[in-house]
Amino acid sequence: MKPRPFDYFRPDTVEEAVALLAEYGDDARILAGGQSLVPMLNLRIVEAEALIDISRIDALDVIRDLGDRIEIGAAVTQNKLLAWPQLAEKLPLLAAALPHVGHFQTRNKGTVCGSIAHADPSSELPLALAVLGGEIVLKSQRGERVLAAKDFQKDMLTTARALDELITAVRFPVMSGSGVGFREVARRHGDFAIIAVAAVAENKSAVRLGVGGMAGKPMLRRIAGEGAAHAIAAWADELEGYEDLHASAAMRRDLFRNLAPLAVKEAIRCAA
Amino acid sequence: MRRVNRNERVRVGLTLNGRKLAADAEPRTLLCDFIRHALGATGTHVGCEHGVCGACTVLIDGVATRSCLTLAVQAEGREVKTVESLAAPDGTLNALQQAFRNNHALQCGFCTPGILMSFTDYLSRNPHASETEIRDVLSGHLCRCTGYAGIVAAVKEVTKSSP
Repeated sequence: MKPRPFDYFRPDTVEEAVALLAEYGDDARILAGGQSLVPMLNLRIVEAEALIDISRIDALDVIRDLGDRIEIGAAVTQNKLLAWPQLAEKLPLLAAALPHVGHFQTRNKGTVCGSIAHADPSSELPLALAVLGGEIVLKSQRGERVLAAKDFQKDMLTTARALDELITAVRFPVMSGSGVGFREVARRHGDFAIIAVAAVAENKSAVRLGVGGMAGKPMLRRIAGEGAAHAIAAWADELEGYEDLHASAAMRRDLFRNLAPLAVKEAIRCAA
Repeated sequence: MRRVNRNERVRVGLTLNGRKLAADAEPRTLLCDFIRHALGATGTHVGCEHGVCGACTVLIDGVATRSCLTLAVQAEGREVKTVESLAAPDGTLNALQQAFRNNHALQCGFCTPGILMSFTDYLSRNPHASETEIRDVLSGHLCRCTGYAGIVAAVKEVTKSSP
């Protein structure tokens, strides 16, 4: 299908973009890579009075090393980050998770920040940001604020972004040398995950474990390596999971119970 | 700042297969429709129109992109390449196309233009791609005729003969 008519803006600067957001608010949508937004426009699931295309704002197309964190601008594509030479060393969890995000062809356009803004409950990048304890940088004419990942994603496709705010960047803590594990199950490679799990070792005996696809947003818990399977099984029952076209709640719990111990083991093994 | 009102038709210029062309488009005109209907290059096929099937894949500044998920105005000033750019002017197939023919990598041919453009981009970055990598790239396309085996064999043939 074809999208309904909308006004199109292609600002050259962040200032122009936030001025447009201040004017249009809820009626405007930010267009970065368009790999989630344009399908929804084409299928007419989403309507927009105006699209604000930020893909040519050079200031947003930057990966910046802040020392303890890596800042990824809102126009940086998933494949650009995947090709960043220091990715495996500084952000090993993303090196493991990014190849699962869509396909080669969609990663060419899809942005890191766009995936986090979209906030699909089972998508990989919001999960990675949550497990790593990353941050989201939001800008409006009222100023700039930085939100922790846990305060940003509220529920399924729902975030704390105010209507006049632009996500200008996300920041992932540098995890050089720490153990990580990532696993997911999808119907086909590149599809949205049914269940995705990410683990970051806190030390040689415990991890921070995150799961996508069990609730409206990524859920986190500290899990000890000893008796992990048991703790995960109990957590799966607590979370219950949800049912949709792709899987029943029982299947999600089952996948989580079987997948998560693998990620935990992997993270601890890498840490050791 | 570029601004186009919803019912406005504006001149959109881009380079298509080496030629500078321009035609009118609304903001909501998809690049795939613009290439086919406004510029007349019908080699690019339109399948699902929501980014799943990959038939409409073209190169924008050398990068494989879903043209159904790209607005024509977004490609303004860019260099767009479609399947028409692959064969020589006299019709001689390029190595990738010839390998598709050799390996029966197409039957109805609807998905083929997109797959060829994806691998044109991918093999330029990774000329000696492994079968796993080839299958990973191919997962971004749907083909309902071949069962994919011929396509994988064709791309492998190219990677083997690549210097």
